[in-house]
Amino acid sequence: MKLFEFEAKNVFRKYGIATPIGRVVGSPAEAKEAARQIGRPVVLKAQVLVGGRGKAGGIQSANDPGEAESVAARLIGSSIKGIKVNTLLVEEKLSIAAQYYSGITIDRQARRYVALASADGGVDIEEVAASSPDRIARYWIEPGDGLTRTAAESMMAGFAGLTKDDIGSLASVTAALYKVVQDYDAELVEINPLLKTTSGEYVAADARLILDDNALFRHPEFEGKDNARVDDTPWEARARQKGLAYVDLEGSIGIIGNGAGLVMATMDLVNHYGGSAANFLDIGGGARPEVIKDGLILVMSKAGVKAVLINILGGITRCDLVAQGVIEALNEIADKKPVVVRMMGTNEREGMLMLGRAGVGVYSDMEAAAKEAIRLSGGPAR
Amino acid sequence: MRNIVDEKTVVVVQGITGNEGRFHAEAMLKYGTKVAAGVTPGKGGQQVHGVPVYNTVAEAVRLHGVNTSMVLVPAKFAPAAVNESIDAGLRTVVVITESIPQKDSIEFIARAQRQGTIIVGPNTPGTIAPPLKVKVGIMPSHVFSPGAVGIASRSGTLVYEIAWHITEARLGQSLCTGIGGDPVTGLDFVMVLEMFRKHEGTKGVVLVGEVGGRAEELAAEYIVDTKYPKPVVAYIAGRSAPPEKRMGHAGAIVVGNVGTAKSKVEALTEAGVTVADKPSDIPRLLKARL
Repeated sequence: MKLFEFEAKNVFRKYGIATPIGRVVGSPAEAKEAARQIGRPVVLKAQVLVGGRGKAGGIQSANDPGEAESVAARLIGSSIKGIKVNTLLVEEKLSIAAQYYSGITIDRQARRYVALASADGGVDIEEVAASSPDRIARYWIEPGDGLTRTAAESMMAGFAGLTKDDIGSLASVTAALYKVVQDYDAELVEINPLLKTTSGEYVAADARLILDDNALFRHPEFEGKDNARVDDTPWEARARQKGLAYVDLEGSIGIIGNGAGLVMATMDLVNHYGGSAANFLDIGGGARPEVIKDGLILVMSKAGVKAVLINILGGITRCDLVAQGVIEALNEIADKKPVVVRMMGTNEREGMLMLGRAGVGVYSDMEAAAKEAIRLSGGPAR
Repeated sequence: MRNIVDEKTVVVVQGITGNEGRFHAEAMLKYGTKVAAGVTPGKGGQQVHGVPVYNTVAEAVRLHGVNTSMVLVPAKFAPAAVNESIDAGLRTVVVITESIPQKDSIEFIARAQRQGTIIVGPNTPGTIAPPLKVKVGIMPSHVFSPGAVGIASRSGTLVYEIAWHITEARLGQSLCTGIGGDPVTGLDFVMVLEMFRKHEGTKGVVLVGEVGGRAEELAAEYIVDTKYPKPVVAYIAGRSAPPEKRMGHAGAIVVGNVGTAKSKVEALTEAGVTVADKPSDIPRLLKARL
């Protein structure tokens, strides 16, 4: 789960990381008042969870409260990369001496957290990593040992032109970020840029914090915070409420199956034969009839879906229960679309009989089922 | 890496008294696996399908010589269960549980590395070796048959689909293991390739990858670096997956330009691996190279 910049900064402050003086506002009047309280030039930052926000016009400065009000009037309600802006963070404008980068993420291959730091902050760090990897210092953190300040200082030692104080400040910020990672179960925490102001202070000008969805049970303060899911499409949001693993695509054939790999392979197969998948929906293992019913109703309700392909490989999932869910859904849906089911495995005979009696096309081979679904959707696109 | 399971594998099922624990313990016994004990804290003294239940893994080790665990414990409690098996000195711990926080996985995988324990998973269907009648997992046994093809997969039902095609083609499997659908897992393709390299019963290898991470690209590098001696065929799921969206598995996500199916297919092809366009093509491609 991605946190908004202002939420991440609230967390960072608890760990002794300095952030600019700022206020969260939802209207031009509030923006004007915030700028007046801050009492110097400000930056207004759209609180949207998309990368490249600055380039897309989501960060603007204002010299006085009046200007802040008019900038806020333009930003609030506008859309940044397709995401509507509801909230702004109004912050003091800092005078920049240097821009650094500090972050911690998970290295999947090393199976460790890795701390990253760079003296080239304020730009896309992935571009730095690609063009000049030696400009990024990395430190793989051994669980149990943690990230000590000394270890963090050793990361920064190779950066040219830093004073001992600079190295110390950068190291304490990075060590603090590791504490954030541990306490909040973060997948990623990042400050870019980490500003050194002309008065020599180190301040987190931006903040990213992504929490591990699977660890939210340890962080009840974030559970059920659906506002942070603004990158969901409407159908993805509905699916999430039902606890379904669903991703929207743009084609005409709805795809449902059990197991993420099998559903992806089904999408790919439909595309391979010239059809186009409308979505990804994984009902998981051992699904009950209600789950398949909810899933089928959801997929069929999407405009643009002309046929639905259900692919079940029964292990712990029982084909007869899947058939029951399909039939219940079809009995409930007014605007029915053609359904093709492939099933194999546990109780397949019962499931196929039930579907056959209900007039649903059922196959034991995945490719035959995919071809039939493409035919029912109006044939291959090419 | 040594073999994940072998003829000496003796299994303890952690979480045996739950519905899934009961179901899969029975299926493993029917398949011929030595399931010697179960563990559920507080339920010691019970029996499940004739298998004695203990409160601790240490008891199961002392009384039955178990060396491999299958963990079917809910995500909140699974890390403690895994740690218990590592500390009891087990050789292999198969973590079926899905949705374990990554921080916990990182911690128990580091602990297992120090102790020399192999962690399979988390979020895996487990491992099956048809020639040995050993199954430490939740896969449906009937799609597998004894044979010479080694399989490593990041997904569950998709590998059943592929194993079924290999069974139908009368090739059969020597050993098939899930790696796990999580971003951080104990095994990776390189480790399993290394195991299959020395595995006598394995004549060819199938890698079932998917979008997300760089495990397939690293496997390609390993195959080149070692001049891998056995033919490898791969299938990559998620060619039509959009970027920045989690495709069911926690680990199946393209971030920036890392983890695309295109990058994986290209890296493997360059390494001399035959990449199948669809699952049913795999047996034919394997036969051409065996």
